[in-house]
Amino acid sequence: MDSDDDFMSGMSSDEDDVLQDESDNDDGSVDDFGFDEPEPDLGFSQKDVVQKKKSFDVNFKVYHPEDIQAQQDDLINEVNMILDIRKEDAAILLRHFRWNKERLIEDYMDRPKKVLEDAGLGPNVAGPPKLEVIPGFMCDICCEDEPGLQSFAMKCGHRYCVNCYRQYLNQKIKEEGEAARIQCPQDGCKRIMDAKSLDLLVESDLQQRYHELLMRTFVEDKEYLKWCPAPDCQNAIECGIKKKDLDKVVPTVTCDCKHRFCFGCILADHQPAPCDLVKKWLKKCADDSETANWISANTKECPKCNSTIEKNGGCNHMTCRKCKHEFCWMCMGLWSEHGTSWYNCNRFEEKSGSEARDAQAKSRVSLERYLHYYNRYANHEQSAKLDKDIYQKTEKKMIQLQTASGMSWIEVQYLNSASQALQICRQTLKWTYAFAFYLARNNLTAMFEDNQKDLEMAVEALSEMFEKPVQELADPKLKVEIMDKTSYCTKRRLILLADTADNLANGVWSWSISF
Amino acid sequence: MATGFATKRLSKELSKIHGNLPPGITLVSAEGFQEWLLDIQVLDSNPLYMNQTYRLKFKFSPSYPIEPPEVTFVSSPDRPIPMHPHIYSNGIICLDLLGQQGWSPVQNVESVCMSLQSMLTGNTKNERPEGDANFVANNRRRPRDIDFYYHDNTV
Repeated sequence: MDSDDDFMSGMSSDEDDVLQDESDNDDGSVDDFGFDEPEPDLGFSQKDVVQKKKSFDVNFKVYHPEDIQAQQDDLINEVNMILDIRKEDAAILLRHFRWNKERLIEDYMDRPKKVLEDAGLGPNVAGPPKLEVIPGFMCDICCEDEPGLQSFAMKCGHRYCVNCYRQYLNQKIKEEGEAARIQCPQDGCKRIMDAKSLDLLVESDLQQRYHELLMRTFVEDKEYLKWCPAPDCQNAIECGIKKKDLDKVVPTVTCDCKHRFCFGCILADHQPAPCDLVKKWLKKCADDSETANWISANTKECPKCNSTIEKNGGCNHMTCRKCKHEFCWMCMGLWSEHGTSWYNCNRFEEKSGSEARDAQAKSRVSLERYLHYYNRYANHEQSAKLDKDIYQKTEKKMIQLQTASGMSWIEVQYLNSASQALQICRQTLKWTYAFAFYLARNNLTAMFEDNQKDLEMAVEALSEMFEKPVQELADPKLKVEIMDKTSYCTKRRLILLADTADNLANGVWSWSISF
Repeated sequence: MATGFATKRLSKELSKIHGNLPPGITLVSAEGFQEWLLDIQVLDSNPLYMNQTYRLKFKFSPSYPIEPPEVTFVSSPDRPIPMHPHIYSNGIICLDLLGQQGWSPVQNVESVCMSLQSMLTGNTKNERPEGDANFVANNRRRPRDIDFYYHDNTV
């Protein structure tokens, strides 16, 4: 009865549990054809059978906000014990080392003074932070000098009145979204505001915002952690796929909120196409619109963290606001490699003119070919939306049907399964067209297109059945057909994904256009 | 209240400025606490800026000096915009200490003027920033909202 249930669970909750057992999937080439689970017949009861891992699956783990906090606390406590330093300082050091505990401990053992200095902790004087009234004190920020003025200074000794400090922290936290690296207001002082001092100085709403931002930097600092991009979802996902592996594997993960997305680029699931291809494809598809033209003309992505950056003034020396990566706008290379040629990037200009013209000419020639793939890509996107609409209509009728024909709620769930299978298969099909656009003509591509065709035919057939009027849907024969077709679609999709993933992992695809 | 914040600080700065300013910096007008004008000159013999006076406009928000002031060069017949690879021809200056990340609340009008003086002194290039024409034609933003600033310690 629940042929899709198995399929759906394979996509969501069971996946991480099962996959945790196997950790050797980095090459993605394990067990090529392990589709022993979704049988095309109904009523199979394999729910308890441990599913075999598929080559296009990756290991991942979902973290809820409290898990993320606990992880941070654990690390802080560990460093606190090993290095025998205050927890606040341990937190600052860990953030400074982007939560790389091993490197922190190693460096600290070698040169404790330098590490403290670099992290903005300076020479340590004992005693908790406190507000003080100092006779004859004048605040350098507001120039206030009335007697009894409360003031505060961090360990660096740069003292300002409490009011100015509050204003300053308010500005940093609320306006600039800064938390882990708020420096002393003194010009050139690298001392970093710690959580305890902050709690002493500001109101609880700002404290809360500060801790939220700290949490955010924890996830953003860790290469293996990413936020689930679904609206209002607060979970983070851990996945061991590294950036350099993204040409070999498409790491689709599923959050506990059910959102399926690619861990590599945070976009919605785009299997079987690898991230770079997707990025290039989307940029290409968007080229027609004015906005996209503007974006491609005016923005680039930070080579390190992929944040989109608009250069709206200044010179070629860019510092990413988010990850502080320094690079050259012209050649996108490391800034440090530029030495003293700080203004003009000569490395790029030599070839740039002719390359740009070549690219232009090529894109005209390939426009027609592109449209072939784009139309099919867009069609599946559109159809997925329509299938969803139809399902929502059907759902209402399913309720009517239950009362009219006496079918139970569980007996009409096959429509739900069919709808979900359609959605997920269309998502895959959509991306097969982007993928095919970049493929070179050869036997592998022919096989890929066969797989694509099989899946597409199955999906269209299911979609057609799905559109039938409610009266016909109630027919037990059609019901069986729909269920059969649903699991067939699912199976075709798995075959296609496994095939592409294996070839990708082994690097045997050849591309007509590099991406 | 926030206004009082900037006002108090600026009136202190003003009384200090009236006392004495470093050579090459003169106060032109300081009417109220929203906008001041100052003239600066480059005192050494840099041929690019010799015998020239440049006018700076400071705009203060109520949260000055927590927020940086907005500082631009303004032109008039006898006050050109200095040539510099970090100064656009509309007077917008690309300098990290004027951005949120480079600004410190202990900076003041005088220290900003001095930094700009030394930025000019150290320059040898008689040129505008790259993409100047395009930037000047298209920029509708205020300088403080521009995200990226040049960080070059040598200029």
